[in-house]
Amino acid sequence: MIELDRVTRTFSTPGGTITAVSEVSLAFGAGEVMCLVGESGCGKTTTGRLLAGLLRPSSGRLLFDGGDVWATRGADLGRFRRGVQLVHQDPYASLNPVRTVYDTLSAPLFRHGKARGHDGAVRLIRALLERVGLTPPDDLLPKYPHQLSGGQRQRVAIARALTVDPRVIVADEAVSMVDVSIRVTLLDLLLGLRDELGVTIVLITHDLAVARYFARHGRIGVMYLGRVVELAPAERLVADPAHPYTAALIGAVPEADPAVTRAKRRVPLRGTEIPSLLALPPGCAFHPRCPLFEAGLCDVLVPAVLPIPSEREVACHVAVRERTRVAAPA
Amino acid sequence: MTLLSVRDLAIEYASRRGAVQAVRGVSFDVAPGEIVAIIGESGSGKTSLAVGLIRLTPRNARTTRGEVLFDDGIAPRDVLEMDRETLRRFRWRHAAMVFQSALSSFNPVIDIWSQFLDTGRAHGMSDPRAVRERASELLRVVHLDPDRVLRAYPHMLSGGMKQRVLIALALLLGPRLLILDEPTTALDILTQRQIIDLLRELRDRLGFAMVFISHDLSLAAELADRVLTMYAGRIVEEASVSDLFYRPRHPYTVGLMRAVPRLSGEPGALASIPGSPPDLVRPPSGCAYHPRCPFAIDRCRAVDPALVAVDTPAHTAACIRWDAVAAEVGARIA
Repeated sequence: MIELDRVTRTFSTPGGTITAVSEVSLAFGAGEVMCLVGESGCGKTTTGRLLAGLLRPSSGRLLFDGGDVWATRGADLGRFRRGVQLVHQDPYASLNPVRTVYDTLSAPLFRHGKARGHDGAVRLIRALLERVGLTPPDDLLPKYPHQLSGGQRQRVAIARALTVDPRVIVADEAVSMVDVSIRVTLLDLLLGLRDELGVTIVLITHDLAVARYFARHGRIGVMYLGRVVELAPAERLVADPAHPYTAALIGAVPEADPAVTRAKRRVPLRGTEIPSLLALPPGCAFHPRCPLFEAGLCDVLVPAVLPIPSEREVACHVAVRERTRVAAPA
Repeated sequence: MTLLSVRDLAIEYASRRGAVQAVRGVSFDVAPGEIVAIIGESGSGKTSLAVGLIRLTPRNARTTRGEVLFDDGIAPRDVLEMDRETLRRFRWRHAAMVFQSALSSFNPVIDIWSQFLDTGRAHGMSDPRAVRERASELLRVVHLDPDRVLRAYPHMLSGGMKQRVLIALALLLGPRLLILDEPTTALDILTQRQIIDLLRELRDRLGFAMVFISHDLSLAAELADRVLTMYAGRIVEEASVSDLFYRPRHPYTVGLMRAVPRLSGEPGALASIPGSPPDLVRPPSGCAYHPRCPFAIDRCRAVDPALVAVDTPAHTAACIRWDAVAAEVGARIA
């Protein structure tokens, strides 16, 4: 339904041109859940903005219902704009501080002709607030963002995304800024929207445990320096990571269990520093840190994202060779 | 022996709505070389407590009662009673703090060498060569190249490098206690891992004690010897890291653990804690956690529970229902 097709996005910076997202292809069906994970600078936020149509690809296409979004105009573009909504990391920054909850939610309803007049808008807003668990709705309507808790603000931001009946929600670090004690409820709220409304949800997060929980019926995509390096069903990716970078991340994440976390096997990396996007290593960008590095291969050829057994894809010369060999009959 | 002994510490903030009781009578000890984690949500008072230990609280804060006794081996001294000059010398030389935001902890317009030099000078290291030697040694200990880093300006360093420089800077005067506020929160996973390993290695090598505060249970599980759970300005549970994670006895600790997604093992059922932290201008009657607590009974609304020993003398919880909690969660939760 929505698809990034070999999308690259570059930015000019004072230091030169950087490629924030490079040759990324991701396709999502209706009602699918996916998490994009990676460290800062990996391109996951840029990918989210490309998906939401907020950034134009430098090359490649964004497809929505088969149509090339950036080649369309008029009604089709409007349909796309309403169809894909972005929920930001920090609702404090994305909600206008001088607008009440009513103002914030009624504006898009009026703009898109979903409501006429105050009474109609209030009726719709009440239903939206109830859907995102903000009850009783009438108490919330006159509130300003600073009068709400972090979790409530994030629910308002989700309600605003729902005003236009989107088919895709891109949630960028949507739970990172709320307290651990209420994160799960917000994740469950988003998953509930998928179940009830059939919305496709792409959650962007740096937290692998959150990704595992959220995408338990979907996939996780791991990004590194602008490229997708691994894409797999969540449980498989966590239990048996194919890309050495994914394995390194999983081995490094501390866990809320002293015995488990202190006994975790680390993946020894050859280097610690993340290369600058201004000076990406040739070949596979991970090769200077990679434990599987093979000279003459990894530092020369950029690995393509290739399928390996059990519905997975990985961009690693060595992993693809090993995994397809193991799977092939002797 | 006890390095730090906090007794009945209370800190308030002035606000338009009245006094915010951020820390409401906290007592705990830290042994030399020990790593103590203080966990809790935002608004639990953990940051106020951490900065209160070395009186770095903001202007509108007031320490209303208590003692912070620091024993450097000669005689215990109350940090709260120190005059300005004594306090200035005490900080950094005996107890140093690493703040959450590595980025904003540096002066952006001076290079790293000058940051070390200024800090050294302010604390009586008058010989620049001695500062240079010590700074280089510490930077190597935190796995940085001194020649490169000392010449750099803060913006030229990555987040992880800045955090390591801050740790090295905090260790310049060889403090016996390092206080860290969310030491890895802003960092990427692999960098976070390096900092965790580094802190453990430094403690083993240099023998200083650490008190760190975090909302991240996994950091406590990873690094701490002992864990304190804080809620609404109080310590509600205190235990060794394994007792706390495997045999939690306060419903809030249990709630936090059930709210955290896991990466290893069975995903398990997760649940948020209902409601939100209380208003510390007017804390609830009785136990401050009772409005959110699934174990609450009528008496919880009336009685503000003290910390009592639960399974072992070293494991305390402030809950009159701790045996019911024990019966429900059983021996093992994490």
